[in-house]
Amino acid sequence: MNVAAPQSTAMRWIYLAYMLVFFLYLAAPLVSAAIFAFNDSLFPALPWKGFTLDWFFGSTEPMLGLFHDRRLMEGLKNSVVIGLIVSTLSVAVGTCNAFLFERRSFPGKSLLYVLMIVPLVIPGVILGISILVFASMIANGVEEVFGWEWDFLRPGTFLVVIGQFSFLVTIATLVIAARLRKFDVSLEEAALNLGASRSRVLMTVTLPYLTPALFAAFIVSFLMSFENFNTTLMLVGSDAPLTITMYDRMVKVGSTPVLNAVSVFLMIGSGLLALLSIFAQRGKGQA
Amino acid sequence: MSRSDASKLTLFLLFTPFVLWMLLLIILPQIGVGYLSLREKVGPGDYTFGLGNYADFLGEPVYWNTLLRTAWMSVLVTILALFAGFPVAYYIAKVANQRSRAALFLMCLVPLWVSDLVRAFGWIVLLRETGLISGALQDLGVIRGPIELLYNDITVIIGLVYTVVLFMIVPLVSTLDGMDNSLLEAGYNLGGSRFTVFRKIVVPYAMPGIVAGSIIVFMLTAGSYLTPILLGGKNSMWFTEQIYEQFVTRYNWESGATFGVLLLVFTSFVVWLGLRLTGQSLASTVAKD
Repeated sequence: MNVAAPQSTAMRWIYLAYMLVFFLYLAAPLVSAAIFAFNDSLFPALPWKGFTLDWFFGSTEPMLGLFHDRRLMEGLKNSVVIGLIVSTLSVAVGTCNAFLFERRSFPGKSLLYVLMIVPLVIPGVILGISILVFASMIANGVEEVFGWEWDFLRPGTFLVVIGQFSFLVTIATLVIAARLRKFDVSLEEAALNLGASRSRVLMTVTLPYLTPALFAAFIVSFLMSFENFNTTLMLVGSDAPLTITMYDRMVKVGSTPVLNAVSVFLMIGSGLLALLSIFAQRGKGQA
Repeated sequence: MSRSDASKLTLFLLFTPFVLWMLLLIILPQIGVGYLSLREKVGPGDYTFGLGNYADFLGEPVYWNTLLRTAWMSVLVTILALFAGFPVAYYIAKVANQRSRAALFLMCLVPLWVSDLVRAFGWIVLLRETGLISGALQDLGVIRGPIELLYNDITVIIGLVYTVVLFMIVPLVSTLDGMDNSLLEAGYNLGGSRFTVFRKIVVPYAMPGIVAGSIIVFMLTAGSYLTPILLGGKNSMWFTEQIYEQFVTRYNWESGATFGVLLLVFTSFVVWLGLRLTGQSLASTVAKD
């Protein structure tokens, strides 16, 4: 018998009812955003006018589908490119950090560890403005002293990458460090005793063990980069990623069903990626 | 090269990315913002240093009212998220059986991966005048005409709790997971009522998770931008909106930087206070897993 569960029948039902209400609350906005992607109407609102897939595949105005909307597809492409770069960088630096904090001892380690966590709790808008301000200071300085135009330090893709990277490193580090902590160091020692070199041990023993965590960290970073808004908003230039493109559309044109279609697309995409990362962590993870 | 030299070299190599990241992307930019916030414009291209921007902030009630309102609503959202999330986390970690708990946990995680924008968008579709709830209530005959459920504080709070509650549940589940049920049994055997057992055993055990979740949720709420603006409309009075306005709309970076510093200092102070009151530390809570 589970001592943690409520013992009286009435309490048990109340608890179950609460759980049901909670999951309804979780699902309601997602489901309602999804429904109107299939409504044959120009507005994402009642009344229901019949089922259509035009908001995905329609190729003519006014029902221009997501896959034919040049600006949205452009935003999607920018998001993917930014996400891939940011995740690669975050996993690379996160791996170094994980080894640094899990394997090494050095003076001031616990203080630096707290410092490593801090980007996670700085509000995204503030990370955004601080990087914007700092990059502009450098760009202005360089222009004044050398007369060079360092345009990559002005709002644009480079700054978006830098801004997202600044806090995704922390997340990647935590994911990778959690797995590295469980690694049995005697495996490495055994390999060393058998005559393998340090780099060989790293390549054949340690990194293969870490692979699921590296993969999971990559996907988590990619998803978070993809959905990030606050930091990106302050750093975005002309090549806006999808979330910013959607927001612009919403503010300027108002909400249209094509945004619902994008939402459905994002839900399915991120749901699948999240599942993939969970299985990667779990599947091979038990060894 | 001797072994200790090699070890020093790898330590150095591992340290380099960390130091570059911290210095170039976190520390120096924050100093830059602090520096900018102290710069006062006296004429075109002419600046002096002083606390003028902070004085301007204090002199304009709209600004500090917005900051206080943001902080107060964030605290409220944090408390609501804790109360809404705790039973769910407890159910997943302790009550549900092995198989359904994985499914429940996954169901909790899926909305986490959907962007804020999509979630806010879903609420709009649900709550607006021509939305699903208004429509359903009319069909049921509860109300006559369409009602607008958007653009008020309650909606903003519901939406904010929605976007952050999962960040409360995840750390709670992982702490409660580690609790041995025999602790509860011992509590009952010693004659404790359910309430006593909950108050004296479950809550103290879950404290690191409660604090970690609360910190993350509070910071996320105070720093959120989309949900208050989309659900709260023109008069949502959210502090990040003020920062955005100073930076992008008015191009007044000095005062925007001041606002940024104030938000960071103020929210850090609230977090510090919370840690002090609960006797926890940042490293032992937020970074536990």
